[in-house]
Amino acid sequence: MTAEIGHLALALALALAILGALLPQLGAARRDPALIAAAVPLTIGQFVLVLISFLALTWAYVVSDFSLAVVASNSHTEKPMLYKLSGVWGNHEGSLLLWALILTFFAALVALLGRNLPARFRARVLAVESMIAVGFLLFLLLTSNPFERLSPPAVEGMGLNPLLQDPGLAFHPPFLYLGYVGFSVAFAFAIAALQEGRVDAAWARWVRPWTLVAWVFLTIGIALGSWWAYYELGWGGFWFWDPVENASFMPWLVGTALLHSAIVVEKRDAMKSWTVLLAIIAFSFSLLGTFLVRSGVLTSVHAFATDPARGVFILGFLALVVGGSLTLYALRAETLTPGGLFEPISREGALVLNNVVLATAAATVLLGTLYPLLLDVFTGAKGTVGPPYFHAVFIPLMTPLFVALGVAPFLNWKRADLKSVLSRLWIAAVVALIAIAVAAYLTWGGPVLALLGVAVGAWMIGAVVTDLMSRLRQGGRWMRLPRAQWGMSAAHIGVGILVLGITGATAWNRESLEVMRIGDSLTIGPYTVRLENVTPTAGANYTAVRGVMVVSDKDRPVMTLYPESRTYATPPMTTTEAAIRPTAVGDIYAVIGEESKGGWAVRLYLKPLQYWIWIGAGLMALGGALSLSDRRYRIGAPARRKGAAHAA
Amino acid sequence: MALSPARARKRRRLGVVIIAAAILGIAVALVLFALRDTVVFFFGPSEVISRLDDPKLRLQERRFRMGGLVEEGSVRRLEDGKTTEFRITDGPGAFSVRYTGLLPDLFREGQGVVAEGRLDDKGRFIADEVLAKHDENYMPKEVADALKKTGHWQGESEAKP
Repeated sequence: MTAEIGHLALALALALAILGALLPQLGAARRDPALIAAAVPLTIGQFVLVLISFLALTWAYVVSDFSLAVVASNSHTEKPMLYKLSGVWGNHEGSLLLWALILTFFAALVALLGRNLPARFRARVLAVESMIAVGFLLFLLLTSNPFERLSPPAVEGMGLNPLLQDPGLAFHPPFLYLGYVGFSVAFAFAIAALQEGRVDAAWARWVRPWTLVAWVFLTIGIALGSWWAYYELGWGGFWFWDPVENASFMPWLVGTALLHSAIVVEKRDAMKSWTVLLAIIAFSFSLLGTFLVRSGVLTSVHAFATDPARGVFILGFLALVVGGSLTLYALRAETLTPGGLFEPISREGALVLNNVVLATAAATVLLGTLYPLLLDVFTGAKGTVGPPYFHAVFIPLMTPLFVALGVAPFLNWKRADLKSVLSRLWIAAVVALIAIAVAAYLTWGGPVLALLGVAVGAWMIGAVVTDLMSRLRQGGRWMRLPRAQWGMSAAHIGVGILVLGITGATAWNRESLEVMRIGDSLTIGPYTVRLENVTPTAGANYTAVRGVMVVSDKDRPVMTLYPESRTYATPPMTTTEAAIRPTAVGDIYAVIGEESKGGWAVRLYLKPLQYWIWIGAGLMALGGALSLSDRRYRIGAPARRKGAAHAA
Repeated sequence: MALSPARARKRRRLGVVIIAAAILGIAVALVLFALRDTVVFFFGPSEVISRLDDPKLRLQERRFRMGGLVEEGSVRRLEDGKTTEFRITDGPGAFSVRYTGLLPDLFREGQGVVAEGRLDDKGRFIADEVLAKHDENYMPKEVADALKKTGHWQGESEAKP
């Protein structure tokens, strides 16, 4: 019965979405206040109905209602409650319902918080959101109905893929989707602005916090996914340039560009049509990401849900959204009048550089991701583009961006004196040189390219700290500095730490594979690892073999590692649970494999600075959240504040 | 500022366009250069056998991927305990693969697999990466296509309702 309620609610939501896409647009064109006002209740109604539908599906999982096809094929009565709940979105149908839920949630937030927007403009924004909702709800109801009944009902569920039974992954999709879908708000604002023919500082002040929200969630989502791959897949890697990863990385790159270009629109009334274009592209990449993951057109190490027939629907929808919005852009971008002037050496100039590099980077990722597809279509050959391509392209592209990141906060708007700015950055340059010297001394004979990474990372941190110190000296007290300033500094320091972490974990990674008998020892970096014992053990729904390994630093035991090899019953599957512990140098990572020749195959990694990656990504997200909490950008804060002289 | 705003705007725009074009040009050059050497082609075993001496492909000199099913009864562990030898088959052809390392959790006889590596001077395929999928009833796409090509496809991925 609950399932039928959920199904009905979904169908009603579609009806409201169709009305919500048409009536407000009609009202805006005819300047009919009644139709314009209809946008708000229609939007909120969609959210309530999709929420009911989502709760109905969740309930089916909680009570293990195996008469529903999705529940039967993805859940099991003996699964822990957390994974029953995360199972709701751990499959194609449920994850799309989550998409729709988040989409209508954001639209309802815009409806509720957007009271200070011009009514006609808000109606158009909400209509665009409803249009996207129509696409997704249709897709759900026509091709991926989560409420499809099984007849006769299954006696027991088939269980959730054990690799997905993990707290890191339980929350990875919701964060990723909050990011993807968050860009729909910026997209809707861009479309409405094109229709109205107006982009100004107030528009940017509205778009910025929404973009920031989406960006923060996407950053967390990508970091969670990467963390999951790192400790759950047992390969010791954190990023594989896999199509699914690229699918989330492309909107992130464009979203980061959008975040920065919207600043120029707000402060200087320039780069308007470019910013509108970026908003369109960011959401297009979100849709493309959904398409790539959901259709399985590209081979990927973790394509969990693949169905080409559904891909055709999303592809059509994608073509409609991207084609339609770009056509509208081509027709209407001329109406956006260009604004403030600036010299190439200026804050605006630096932000233009940021945008050009990030957009180019997104384009190269797109090309690398789609290249195998193009290759197949045009030559019939099958192939993949792996990390070598992305490294070859990314390192030279990103290096100038990272160098400029250190300089940009010192530059004035409109025109800046590069010489005097550089003279203030000598400390950062010294920090970078010292970092090179220390790294070269510690890792003598290691890859030379790693020293570049170290220099760039140290340079960014040094420059951002210098900037922060000089602002504090001018501003007097710590609390006087606007939160957005703290946010920017934290995020930029995060980038520096992230670059150092990536450099350390990839360039200085050590690994060793041996067959170890009980009592055997292995040396990795400064540590000695001894296999003390191997014992059988069991969990709620699996049995396992557990290794006991003592790690010593110069004969002094420092920690014990317990890697496991688990065997699940439903579905039948073996997973490796790596034991990972941070040390002063970096992570020690141990995996135990199958029994062989009287011992166990054991793989050990030493990953220097690995956890700096998570710290860096965390700081970036925290920086975004800090900026968001700044009074000036708070969602719904009064749009105009006269004479708000801002620092810089 | 002797320039009029309109001319200054044009000049600024020109500057931006030149910088953007330069960065884009560098990026395109990088991409083309990187793609030339980094595309890893995929072949089924029978294709590898038939094209071993193809002068245009030069299989001996490049990294490639080979995929198919792990041949039943072919998996053998060598003396050192960490090297595995097995044969990948797509029906008509089978090719021997040697891999040192922990095999993925879903590596099993009769299951789909993709190995990436090079041929050594004795003509053996030395893999440094072996991929099996996360899902027990999932078949790598290239493997499915290769099996369809040789007519040995049994439609395993249609198992789910």
